[in-house]
Amino acid sequence: MKILVITELRQGKWNGTSFETLVAAQQIAKETSSTVSAVVIGKGVGAFADELAGKNVAEVLLVEHDLLEAYTPDGFCVALKQVIESAKPDLVLFPHTYQVRDFAPKLAAMLGKGMIGDCIGYRNEGGKLVFVRQMFQGKTAADVTFTGSAPWFASFQSGAFRADLLEANASGKAPVNKVAVTLDAAQIRTKPLDLFKEAKSAVDLTQAPLIVAIGRGIKAPENIPQAEAVAKAMGAEIAASRPICDEGWLPMERQIGSSGQTVAPKLYLALGISGAIQHVVGMKGARTIVAINKDQNAPIFEIADYGVVGDIFEIMPALTEALEKAKSA
Amino acid sequence: MNIIVCIKQVPAKDAPLAISGSWIKESDIGFEMNEPDSYALEEALRLKEKHGGEVIALSMGPERVKQTIKEALAKGADRGIHIVDDNFAQLDPLGAAKSLAAAIAKEKADLVLTGLQSDDHGFGQTGVLLAALLDRPHATLIMAIEVDGAKMKLKRELEAGWFQHIECPLPGVLSIQSGINKVRYATLKGIMAAKKKEIATVSRESLGVSHEPTQKIEKIYVPTKTKKTEFLTGTPKEMAGKLVEKLKFEARVI
Repeated sequence: MKILVITELRQGKWNGTSFETLVAAQQIAKETSSTVSAVVIGKGVGAFADELAGKNVAEVLLVEHDLLEAYTPDGFCVALKQVIESAKPDLVLFPHTYQVRDFAPKLAAMLGKGMIGDCIGYRNEGGKLVFVRQMFQGKTAADVTFTGSAPWFASFQSGAFRADLLEANASGKAPVNKVAVTLDAAQIRTKPLDLFKEAKSAVDLTQAPLIVAIGRGIKAPENIPQAEAVAKAMGAEIAASRPICDEGWLPMERQIGSSGQTVAPKLYLALGISGAIQHVVGMKGARTIVAINKDQNAPIFEIADYGVVGDIFEIMPALTEALEKAKSA
Repeated sequence: MNIIVCIKQVPAKDAPLAISGSWIKESDIGFEMNEPDSYALEEALRLKEKHGGEVIALSMGPERVKQTIKEALAKGADRGIHIVDDNFAQLDPLGAAKSLAAAIAKEKADLVLTGLQSDDHGFGQTGVLLAALLDRPHATLIMAIEVDGAKMKLKRELEAGWFQHIECPLPGVLSIQSGINKVRYATLKGIMAAKKKEIATVSRESLGVSHEPTQKIEKIYVPTKTKKTEFLTGTPKEMAGKLVEKLKFEARVI
């Protein structure tokens, strides 16, 4: 089987999840006696291709064009369709980034194929690949297989594989092969404009060793001071899941999840957070996770080291008191 | 501006899930409008209020889906289209999109809006697939839409707090991000008016879409836990005390 990994660059740097996808590809390749080709796409990105040539891949495909300098879904789809038609892979893998979500399903559809997205892992069952993804906002897992012929398209969730397990090339460097693609400006219908940040970023949650996060369970903004009291007693930063920030109860810069910050603190205390996929992907790397929720079936408990099934409005004041006591002890 | 909003009906958020093979038992649970789609509907209604035109609520599934379409009509959509399919939950993303695209192609819509993903399957592909099938420009994760004649200026959300402005021509397809607006409630007046609004019903077969599934959900199951969670019990005071002790002496993080 030939595996193609579409890597991603963002603002002139690697999107690190690309390495996680390469690790996934290397593992699948080992188990199925397959080869891995890595694709680098953009303009003036030869150095990134050279870097990948030092990894354990069979080849690196360098896809460059003026019209690929800035990402557009039309540009990437038209170019990658040609790459796939010439390289003829069986499996095409992507990291499940916002950019991939924007174009990969269309790329697959242009070839009459489907994509299994946001996979958290896979199993090799006697040569047949079974992809595992989450459903019902993380409450269940699902085994999904491809039906029909190759190429098959799949993306892996951030954190599903460890980038540091990427193997170097044992025998020198893999070849970097340039792939010429034809692209016309008229084919690119959307025009990317300025990139900008809105949050004042007074706080960098990625640097906070202790985080207390609130979710929908907090119910109203008037209740947030109770959580802030817990954070203060612990010396932690306050953070929130998306719905809290959407409501404007806390500023967007406090958001943790696929749209907000991805954090890996020493301690993450989740108060009234159900554990929806979009949130968990931003904090599952925390060293110690504590979850407090009144629903014992909340998906957050799947990743918690310590769990309390209870009413946060009873627990928060008790916790603040216990923390204060421990401080003065 | 004529806008079609694709709205999915999903099991209610707090519905207990009884797994049955590759889906869940649908009897005895409530269903509701997919929350991400409610943001798309709200955005469509605001665009109509600003630019005039019509908002059509499109949904696919069994008979119960009409309830969600009625909710959209009560909020202000002008008419609904219901593609009837009792086995909708088994369709792969491309198959579902092909059926929706067939219905959309019969209308003259300037804009097609979808929510970012559904809370049940969570594929998150419908908008992008519709754009591919209808051969229209698209953008996803949209947080703001400004219409200027035959084009739109969009604000697209990226990871880690970044955003980007994008120019996109009309007609187009947009996947709307949650939080783009504050979703309205249906008023009593709206609910009454909805009773007179039309819901066109078509069977999925009648759309004449041929499709070979690209993927199959073999089974769904409660995830096997890799982490061992220690649950603390007792009164709130006792649990709080135990937790602080564990965090201080066992996990050693405070």
